[in-house]
Amino acid sequence: MQSHLTPTLTRLLPLLLAGISLGAAGADPSRFDDQSQLPGAPARTKGQPYFQPPEERDIPNNAFGDLVRRGQDLFMNTKALAPDYVGNEMNCVNCHIDRGRKANSAPLWAAYPMYPAYRKKNNKVNTFVERMQGCFQFSMNGKPPAADSEILTALTVYSHWLSTGAPVGKSLPGRGFDEPPPPRGGYDIARGKVVYDKQCAICHGADGEGQKVGVTSVFPALWGKDSYNWGAGMHRINTAAGFIQHNMPLGKGETLSDQEAWDVAAFINSHERPQDPRLVNGSIDETRKRYHENDGVNLYGVVVNGVKLGQGIK
Amino acid sequence: MRYPTPKGIAARFASILLLVPLYVHANDGETLMQKGGANPAALPCITCHGADGKGMAAAGFPRLAGLPEAYIAKQLADFRAGRRENPVMQPIAQSLSDEEIAAVAKAYAARPKVNVKPAAAGERPQPGSGAWLALRGAWERNIPECTLCHGPSGVGVGSAFPPLAGQGAEYIEAQLQAWRGTRAVPATKKTKAVAAVPPTRRNDPNGLMQHIAADLSEAEIKAVAAYFAGLGESPEAFDESQHRLR
Ligand code: HEC
Ligand code: HEC
Ligand code: HEC
Ligand code: HEC
Repeated sequence: MQSHLTPTLTRLLPLLLAGISLGAAGADPSRFDDQSQLPGAPARTKGQPYFQPPEERDIPNNAFGDLVRRGQDLFMNTKALAPDYVGNEMNCVNCHIDRGRKANSAPLWAAYPMYPAYRKKNNKVNTFVERMQGCFQFSMNGKPPAADSEILTALTVYSHWLSTGAPVGKSLPGRGFDEPPPPRGGYDIARGKVVYDKQCAICHGADGEGQKVGVTSVFPALWGKDSYNWGAGMHRINTAAGFIQHNMPLGKGETLSDQEAWDVAAFINSHERPQDPRLVNGSIDETRKRYHENDGVNLYGVVVNGVKLGQGIK
Repeated sequence: MRYPTPKGIAARFASILLLVPLYVHANDGETLMQKGGANPAALPCITCHGADGKGMAAAGFPRLAGLPEAYIAKQLADFRAGRRENPVMQPIAQSLSDEEIAAVAKAYAARPKVNVKPAAAGERPQPGSGAWLALRGAWERNIPECTLCHGPSGVGVGSAFPPLAGQGAEYIEAQLQAWRGTRAVPATKKTKAVAAVPPTRRNDPNGLMQHIAADLSEAEIKAVAAYFAGLGESPEAFDESQHRLR
């Protein structure tokens, strides 16, 4: 049994954004926005509905509408339609549920109006496109398409359309994953395995490998070569706990306790996955120091059950 | 032209030897389908599930051909244990032995799977339609799109998520109703209270399916059942190197 005390500071972490100096070189992948924590979104007042994005039937039948539909198709079938940029088996919709519409699943309608975003920590401005490039590089373990590519243009147009009527620059309830507070006694990986075996393995597989139909991934991998890499936001236990509590088991969101969500998130994120593409000097320790130490609660470079995590998978 | 080497012949011979016990086993299952089980109450499956195992849609008898082996065995166990109630199928399941269940599940699983043509590119479901529920769901009620669990085009995923494609509308509707049961109606001045009818199918793992059936309207049940039944079966094999789009 392995018990870890979670820093009581976790709630404050959104403020302590990881100190990452983004290189300026054009081809340097670290130029792209990293997946450091989003600032917490305001809570919803009781009875207040979440923002309602427009309906699919309201997409206009013109060149704009065509790009909206193309963006939605790419968002749902990223691996099939943009294979050159996806290194694992994931699709954007796997973590941004209901085509990027569902509250507390980092919905696109809440994201789009918040960019360009200024970050005090590194005195840099991050654009919406850079944020999506970050998801390509880390969540999709791939290669980000160029900022002016047809793919990122279609995804931007789709997000813009979803946020029709949303206020610009005002954080809306439902943004991000609304993480549960860290449980009092810390999280426990062994207890997380019990939750996993009982509630998650039926879909995501006994070994987190996911399930496919033919070549198409249906239940996404949670660890291993087909999953997100060590640089992805989902590798943070606190972030995964938020996603899981609101959205998993599929169709039965909001049924796990804070404790269960943290435990199972820790269990998932205590497994190997593709290496952080920002690996510093081939050293896990240096990479931890530079990118992971102050990035929420995560196990990169941490020794669990006698093995140092962060080895990566080819 | 390649001639078999002695080694190749030996390998083939070995593979035939290996196949023999499998063949006998499968044959048991085949006999069961055609002639029924050792207990005469275990009627021949083909009378209702069709000579080809593709069911009889109009009568509400489901397709068994190509369903996952573990799924078939689980359903028969569930009928036996009463987690799935049905006046026709329960007595049949109860009169099959464990060995017979294993054999017939294996034999039906070995039959061809349903072969669905993928939806034409550019096809967009209309809100409120059966296609909408199948491909988009109703997330405001926590209902994921059916194809997220039952696979693209409803072809099924792994051994826990059965195909919906290949099943008839009557059967799909009946299953959704079985998971719903009916709600209690309170008494009014003029009418007596009507007691709730509990669901007659209570066998879904972790309640993954029940809440979905319970939250669909009658019209939605009809529409989504018609959608999956309408996918039909294609004579052309799907090219498995291609993606199935969502
Ligand atoms: C493995 C899960 C995963 C996948 C797959 C994924 N993302 Fe993300 N995405 C995240 C996480 C985690 C965050 C950061 C949320 C946080 O820190 O709270 C995020 C954030 C975002 C944001 C910013 C949200 C905001 O409110 O500012 C956008 C936009 C986005 N992703 C787009 C995409 C696109 C486009 C794709 C597909 C190319 C994609 N994501 C694939 C997990 C994922
Ligand atoms: C009924 C099947 C099912 C069950 C049970 C289920 N999931 Fe999922 N999960 C999915 C599907 C499908 C997606 C992708 C959603 C989409 O693409 O629309 C997903 C996505 C995810 C993701 C984000 C994508 C990724 O690969 O990282 C995580 C994390 C996750 N699930 C964790 C869990 C955990 C933890 C549990 C158990 C508490 C669980 N799931 C139970 C089907 C399921
Ligand atoms: C007299 C008609 C009849 C015969 C004979 C019959 N079945 Fe059935 N079977 C049904 C009906 C009706 C259902 C649907 C029950 C329900 O609605 O729950 C069914 C359902 C099933 C199911 C569940 C399928 C699914 O998709 O969940 C299995 C498995 C099954 N039968 C196996 C068999 C086997 C094996 C035999 C032969 C030993 C057999 N049946 C013989 C009528 C029959
Ligand atoms: C979260 C996953 C999930 C979703 C989403 C889902 N189902 Fe299911 N469904 C299941 C599981 C699991 C079973 C098998 C239960 C069992 O073992 O008997 C099932 C079984 C069924 C069956 C019975 C099949 C048979 O052969 O007897 C029908 C019919 C069905 N589902 C219809 C639907 C429809 C229609 C939708 C969309 C409105 C849907 N399901 C969405 C998980 C799901």
